[in-house]
Amino acid sequence: MNGPTQLLESENHWVSHMGGWFAGERVVFRGQDLHRDLKDLNWTELYLFSITGRRFSPVELKILTALWVYTSYPEPRIWNNRVAALAGTARSTGALGVGAAVAVSEATIYGRRPDIRTIDFLLRAQQRQDAGETLQSIVKDELQRFRGIPGYGRPVTRGDERIPHMLALLRETGREQGMYVQLALAVEHELSVGRWRMQMNMAMLCAAIATDMGFTPNEYYKYAIPSFIAGMLPCTIEAEEKPEGTFFPLRCTRIAYEGVAQRRWDV
Amino acid sequence: MSEKTEVIRSKIWQEVAEPDNPFAAATCYCSGYDVYGEMLGNARWIEFLYLLFKRERPNHSQAQLLESLAVALANPGPRDPAVHAAMAAGVGGSTHASCLMAALAVGAGAYGGAREVLIAMEAWQACGQNVEAWRERLTHPPGEERIDVWLPIEHPPGFDPHGASCATPVRQTLALLAKLSPGLALPWLEAERTALEAIADCPLALSGVAAAALIDLGFSPAQGEMLYLLLRLPGAAAHALEQEELGFRNFPFFGAGLTVANDPAQRHEHPTGAPT
Repeated sequence: MNGPTQLLESENHWVSHMGGWFAGERVVFRGQDLHRDLKDLNWTELYLFSITGRRFSPVELKILTALWVYTSYPEPRIWNNRVAALAGTARSTGALGVGAAVAVSEATIYGRRPDIRTIDFLLRAQQRQDAGETLQSIVKDELQRFRGIPGYGRPVTRGDERIPHMLALLRETGREQGMYVQLALAVEHELSVGRWRMQMNMAMLCAAIATDMGFTPNEYYKYAIPSFIAGMLPCTIEAEEKPEGTFFPLRCTRIAYEGVAQRRWDV
Repeated sequence: MSEKTEVIRSKIWQEVAEPDNPFAAATCYCSGYDVYGEMLGNARWIEFLYLLFKRERPNHSQAQLLESLAVALANPGPRDPAVHAAMAAGVGGSTHASCLMAALAVGAGAYGGAREVLIAMEAWQACGQNVEAWRERLTHPPGEERIDVWLPIEHPPGFDPHGASCATPVRQTLALLAKLSPGLALPWLEAERTALEAIADCPLALSGVAAAALIDLGFSPAQGEMLYLLLRLPGAAAHALEQEELGFRNFPFFGAGLTVANDPAQRHEHPTGAPT
């Protein structure tokens, strides 16, 4: 047993390469002075630097910002946004509603899990292709193991309205020939000629774009965390502006009870 | 409601509306029991908690075991990362909900948190009371099937990677819960604790006792994860309120604790002070 050796070594002692605040003086941010070296960065640039320690080109920033823009829907019925709207109608605070909605966006059928799994799939698929495997066998194997491929198919609806716009931006910026974007499209083709008929969704295209920019799965996951936020606050605001409790109220009969019959609580 | 009426399907809850308002419930049934008409005043909170998750009333020993587990988990104390997070919210005057959200976010993790309990319960489901199965599981933990938002656990689930020996409260809790348990896991864990600790190369943690208790109560790993999150909140709430009152000046800021390794100013000073 190691005992508390590491705890003793760390007691009141945290060595950071990420940064710190020299009170009243300056802030070090990943080895740079925030107010001198990084002051001209826009927020997206700083956010990406915070995660990766890398700087991105103007074209890359344009695309990475567009990914957030294209996925921000002020649609209060979608499950994460619904939390933001419910916070508004219940007269909670904006931060609580959005904070919870961001956490909720770490979902399995949308959001962060597909994000990290799509980029992971692309990297694994490319590795297997490099080792000589055919795309057909990779796709088949993945479908057998996981009953689906992350980034293909979509809950609620099949098509993805964001994809043509994103592809247009890639063409406009000369990024449509990226290796992983092409791989993602090739997998979609593979799925369309097979019996699966699953279309690529935005999560896969975004992951492919990010992989072409050198993101690791973990970096990409963290980059994606704020991606829906701009669509959340309108949901909160509108619910705040309307009479309290009026966002999709549910009458008692909307609960369809399927449990055991009424019974006595004998003491 | 012109389209087909969408409903919330539930085996847990049924409501009958007041005659004058379809949005107000006159009677609420939880798994068939009249909550306000019969349970209120007769049911213990812990019985209601069990009923909500299991949709059946607990028997006496189940209720006693769950209640004792709830006492053991209620306050991990202010040094625990989840409670620390709640207090960090409290000292700045953050909303009380954010204190609990902070406790939940931190207390969800695989180091001493609810994720660890879930993984430990999966180990119980796989290994049962078989030392050799535990030896295989603890020495060759199953890899993650594929990448996830959760980082892979870094130590044997249910054990304390920084422990020197099994802490007294862990032993006390295990002894009591093993005595109360209607199941097999807790008594077996008590009997085999030292053998398992030798295999894991670290002492049993409270999360490991909780996992065994939740298994003996028949909860699924997901239910166990939820209950562990829930049952640890009382301490977080109380400590957050206490520190809110005391204020940030009375709360550790670790003023001399941070060393910036790559300071561009090349100074070897420590960031100090607290926000004003």
